[in-house]
Amino acid sequence: MKKLLLAVLLLISSVAFAAPQYGGTLVFGRGGDSSTIDPAHATDGESFYASTAVYDNLVQFKYGTTEIEPALATSWDVSADGLEYIFHLRKGVKFHKTNYFKQDVELSADDVVFSLKRQFDPANPYNKVGGAYEYWSAMDMDNIVKDVVAVDKYTVKITLKKKEAPFIANMAMDFASIVSKAFADELLKKGKAEDLNRLAIGTGPFKLDKWIKDDRMIFSANEEYWDGKPYVKKLIFKVIPNNSVRAAELKTGAIHIMDFPNPEEVAELEANPKIKLVRQEGLNVGYLALNTEKKPFDDVRVRQAVNYAINKAEIVKAIYAGLGKVAKNPIPPTMWSYNDEVVDYDYNPEKAKALLKEAGLENGFETDLWAMPVPRPYNPNGRKVAEAMQADLAKVGIKAKIVSYDWSTYLNKTKMGEHQMCLLGWTGDNGDPDNFLYTLLSKAAAVKPAQNFAMWKDDEFTSLVEKAKVTTDVAQRTELYKKAQVVFKKEAPWVTIANSIVVAPMLAEINGFKLDPVGKRRFHKVWIAK
Amino acid sequence: MKNDNRFLEFVKQFKKNRSAILGFFIVAILVIFALFAPLIATHMPIEQELTNRLLPPMWEEGGIATHILGTDDFGRDLFSRIVYGARISIMIGAISVSISLAFGLIMGVFAGYFGGKIDIIIMRLVDIMLSIPAILLAIVIVAILGPSLMNAMIAIGIVGVPTYARIVRASVMSEKNKEYVIASRVNGSNDVRLMFQVILPNCTTPIIVQATMGFASAVLEAAGLSFLGLGAQPPTPEWGAMLADSLQYITTAPWMIFYPGLAIFLTVLGFNLIGDGLMDVLDPKLKEK
Amino acid sequence: MFSYIIKRLLWSVPTLFGVSLLVFFMVHLSPGDPAMTLLGDHASKEAVEKVREELGLNKPLYEQYITYIQKVLQGDLGNSIKTKQSVLQEFKERFPATVELAVVAMILAIIFGIGAGIISAIKRYSVFDYSAMFVALAGVSMPVFWLGLVLIYFFSVKLGILPVSGRLGYEFYVEDVTGFYLIDTLLANDIEAFWDALKHLIMPAIALGTIPMAIIARMTRASMIEVMKEDYIRTAKAKGCSHFSVVMIHALRNAMMPVITVIGLMLGTLFAGAILTETTFSWPGIGKWIVNAVYQRDFPIIQSATLIIATMFIAVNLIVDLLYALINPKIRLS
Repeated sequence: MKKLLLAVLLLISSVAFAAPQYGGTLVFGRGGDSSTIDPAHATDGESFYASTAVYDNLVQFKYGTTEIEPALATSWDVSADGLEYIFHLRKGVKFHKTNYFKQDVELSADDVVFSLKRQFDPANPYNKVGGAYEYWSAMDMDNIVKDVVAVDKYTVKITLKKKEAPFIANMAMDFASIVSKAFADELLKKGKAEDLNRLAIGTGPFKLDKWIKDDRMIFSANEEYWDGKPYVKKLIFKVIPNNSVRAAELKTGAIHIMDFPNPEEVAELEANPKIKLVRQEGLNVGYLALNTEKKPFDDVRVRQAVNYAINKAEIVKAIYAGLGKVAKNPIPPTMWSYNDEVVDYDYNPEKAKALLKEAGLENGFETDLWAMPVPRPYNPNGRKVAEAMQADLAKVGIKAKIVSYDWSTYLNKTKMGEHQMCLLGWTGDNGDPDNFLYTLLSKAAAVKPAQNFAMWKDDEFTSLVEKAKVTTDVAQRTELYKKAQVVFKKEAPWVTIANSIVVAPMLAEINGFKLDPVGKRRFHKVWIAK
Repeated sequence: MKNDNRFLEFVKQFKKNRSAILGFFIVAILVIFALFAPLIATHMPIEQELTNRLLPPMWEEGGIATHILGTDDFGRDLFSRIVYGARISIMIGAISVSISLAFGLIMGVFAGYFGGKIDIIIMRLVDIMLSIPAILLAIVIVAILGPSLMNAMIAIGIVGVPTYARIVRASVMSEKNKEYVIASRVNGSNDVRLMFQVILPNCTTPIIVQATMGFASAVLEAAGLSFLGLGAQPPTPEWGAMLADSLQYITTAPWMIFYPGLAIFLTVLGFNLIGDGLMDVLDPKLKEK
Repeated sequence: MFSYIIKRLLWSVPTLFGVSLLVFFMVHLSPGDPAMTLLGDHASKEAVEKVREELGLNKPLYEQYITYIQKVLQGDLGNSIKTKQSVLQEFKERFPATVELAVVAMILAIIFGIGAGIISAIKRYSVFDYSAMFVALAGVSMPVFWLGLVLIYFFSVKLGILPVSGRLGYEFYVEDVTGFYLIDTLLANDIEAFWDALKHLIMPAIALGTIPMAIIARMTRASMIEVMKEDYIRTAKAKGCSHFSVVMIHALRNAMMPVITVIGLMLGTLFAGAILTETTFSWPGIGKWIVNAVYQRDFPIIQSATLIIATMFIAVNLIVDLLYALINPKIRLS
């Protein structure tokens, strides 16, 4: 009888849990502090976490996906030639009021014009504040956007220099967030323009109250948020650099959600009844680039041999420890146009030796293997991956020497093609295949300093991805990209290693949290069950 | 021979100093580890057994006898890595101290012997270097040269130069007007001979003490740099780098933290004990009477 | 006396100039490219060019140095590459955390160091003396980062009684007045927050205080023994004062002179320790800031922070020297 009563009570309470509850403080434990809160200046994930909480974009990624949906713009029209975009803004959206900005301001077209134009218009007073706008340049926006104009209070027109299918996805990226012009003007008047890097007035779900550097950021809910007010009252980002310590803090309940657990500790966390896990495949790929400009990697047989020689499954198991999946294509499986029909090279040292013999290298050869010095989402430990590959390659007679530099030197030298083999990877920016295939593997990307670290100049591949870039029809683009992936696999400029799986452990009472494939952390739909 | 007697006297005094003897034993074990590492270690220091990752020491639950102190996140044998680490620590101490000593001697002797403008210029440089905290200067140097064991040793060597220069200068200044120096000068010795063959041999006491202590601090600083990721790079079995590696396992594999740190501590302690003992024996004035 | 102060002050100018020159050229001759570091794996050719131009990296080195010095003299220490904010602002935000940690560590070191030193000196060759002096020597040999990790393991992981990182639990919120949480929490009359701040401080302060404590203990002992041999102490003893008051009043006052000097000059040791301690405990202070700047090759921070710290160093050494000269006029003559 008692048991039954308990069961009924549990049922009732679990039903009660299903409805989101308001209130409480949510603490998110992360590995590092933000560098800046200005979304146009930020270049690292930690910074984007914070700016995403405070700012909105014209369009946004649907929570937990790479699909584009309306945000501050309720709709948009594209001209027939694809060069003119008209955005219609949401009406009645208010900017935050905080202890450092007390004006009552409604979002208007001027804010949009300011937010974008400051990044490319030398006449804008903010154009020189805080140095160059790196993400704008990195996304090649200078060569895409011609002008941004306010048509009326609620309408913005953006004209392009060339046809660019991924443009609308770019507008969902953090650098295109809409900041308050009124606040920027006020800072400028006070001579404190650079404070836009540490204070933030946006329209987003949370307001930034206080930022204690290297320690925490304190946000409070934006009660007037256009997409419904956030469930939690306060949001705190706490910096705990050590992964293991962060996990310990989660177990004690000192934090509610943690970023990036140690792969080794995931199983233990999962077994803990107080903790649950959310998993999401990351929008990234880790790879070993084979420099096709250098001997012997100019020979496709050698590149294929390296592919056969490396035991990817074992590496992913040991080093990604379950937080990664073996990759066969240069784009991750969550991305549209992923070609699942491509057949990967299996682990086969005999075949590798045979191919080497065919290429006249039956005695093997000596080469170098560059290992990234820093952990990245797509490769948790470049050094360890390199060590494992070194052992695999030795079995087929390839003597690889591991080379490593500090991160900037590493990039500098690999971009100039000084390496023979190098480990690298890529995290997608805007969810578009173009952002992987054109950016990393086209002939244009092989011009030094190159992003195409294999220095791979393949006519067939390049013409496919170039055509896809200017085609607006998604079905046609998908076909082109699928073909490109087949060419890529056959020519083997990379050994594709893994796509990572991102895991966020959290307390059992936390609900509604999703990981975004583009690497954001968004909290306005998260609620705490009491 | 007069020198022989002095040496015997020194040994006698040193033997009476119990902490110095302890230090001597610690250092002796370190040297044995370093010399016979391949015989003592049970595994190669960089050999990986991916199936035996994160094993605890053999006496703990889950540990196995072939891995005495357990294994790290790569399945490498911790005991063997610590044994091979002794080689690296001795190398760090020797190379860093040699760099400091070489430059410090030359600078100190020149400044002390010539005085005047040369002294002012050299001592200005020394002041500039001393006005930046040693580890900060070492970090900046390593940041510039790039993180590696060799560069860490160079940085630590450079950072040590001013201390040696000051000590040598002070000794040279106190010696240079003594009678035997003047006598030698009258006999026609040139400056170089006077500096390095006449004066310097009489300044050895504080230099030896400083070099012993310097060995200790070099090992400590190198471990610190490696801990920050600016020194030895994996898979080198350097103790500080092993500690940096272990950080992520503080809750799951604490043995990765204890033993490399203990090795650093004992090594530094050993050299400090010897240095202390030497100071007692060679230069009692520096200590209590 | 006055001319001595002036002379010392004037001497510090070329030293500081030398420091700026040394650090500037070291930083700028380094192989890493700050523009590339900044952009990471997303760096395109145009972006790198643009950033290089923004940072003035395309100009000759001596021109960059002159620009730098001109700005420094106007109080502009440059902007961080990574955060875009002025180095001075960044420094100010983190300085109180380091000072608070250093002060508490130093208080611990002084209390225990002097205490142990005095007892050792009085009870010379006792078991206490031997063990205290052995512990002191062990303290000097201690890798502070390791000590920190061991403390974390026992007190946080095993016993769960002390927090591992940071300065204050998230449930507390203090309004910045002084930047020192121990004071700010009391000003806000929030006793619970005060205890929390104190709990966060204990382990880092012990780790950071160990080496100074060991040095102070050894110094105090040696100095006390020296003083106790002086004639006036023997006289005092002979006069029949109780043993305790002799030690406390006469000996201590004289013995503390060299100890105080050592404490003043220990700022360097303390700072070196702070870099490692702050990294171990993720203490949001200057040490951790500089290490991060090195990782990110944020060269404006590296060069300006080094300059700020060298300035403070020289200032403190100057003050200690002057105080010493004031108390002990013999110094001035030499």
